Amino acid sequence: MDNLALLPRCALGGDKPEARLIGGLRISENPGLAMASLAARAGQEGDVLKAARKLTGFALPGPGGMAGAGDWQAFWAGPGQWLLTAPFASHEDIARIVKSAVAGAASVTEQTDGWVRFEIAGARICEMFERLCNVDVRAMKSGQATRCQIEHLGSFLLCQEAGAAFSVLTLRSGARSMFHALETAARSLP
Amino acid sequence: MIINHPLLGPRDAQEFTYLGDANLIDRPDWQADGAGQAFYEYLYLRDNPAGLHRELWYHEQGDRSWLVVTRNISTHEITKVELARDVARAKGRGK
Repeated sequence: MDNLALLPRCALGGDKPEARLIGGLRISENPGLAMASLAARAGQEGDVLKAARKLTGFALPGPGGMAGAGDWQAFWAGPGQWLLTAPFASHEDIARIVKSAVAGAASVTEQTDGWVRFEIAGARICEMFERLCNVDVRAMKSGQATRCQIEHLGSFLLCQEAGAAFSVLTLRSGARSMFHALETAARSLP
Repeated sequence: MIINHPLLGPRDAQEFTYLGDANLIDRPDWQADGAGQAFYEYLYLRDNPAGLHRELWYHEQGDRSWLVVTRNISTHEITKVELARDVARAKGRGK
């Protein structure tokens, strides 16, 4: 069986990630990150924060926040809950890595292939997202993250660079719908 | 309608779903004497005030937290928003 090679597919179905450049806005599928969810168990949030800092080198963010350093990025998902990402190439077993760091203080679940992630960048990005969701994107600062609804899909919107670069995460099965929505919004700018 | 989320600030009501009377938190002890009657009252008997009402809302398109929202049924004015987790714990529920 050692000659059996299964090629991974991107969320949009291709062997390689898709990207579009529309009117100065670049929309690209990002398959390069592994992701795990981290949920502190009752009364053990302090231990989780301590263990996560040791693992990632930074403090887990508070409500609506995102933080990152080196390979790791984390954003707040709910009270005592975060999503952690790291490069897939070096952290394919991200759930095991996080679980061994927090031990019994938190529940960790592998999320990598449940999601699709798009990176969007361009000068008119706020105009684009105003057409997609009810988030006040102009007020979002770098390092803020929120859950919202885009194209009827529950999504996370991460502000990587205020007014210039955002990431969108949504369920992988909705990848094509989300890509369509992002393209349509970018094209619709006058 | 805008709900002022205790952690995330003002959020549009379209992000939330409504469950019902906040008294649903006070689930009776199923092992107590008279549990049958207590569950009948818990399930079916509700006050129907034409004024302030405490109710459970779920931030489904947000951080997935349950909230206890105090709302005036007549005017839709929201006077208080708490995390249901904190309300339940204050009553000695959970750990």
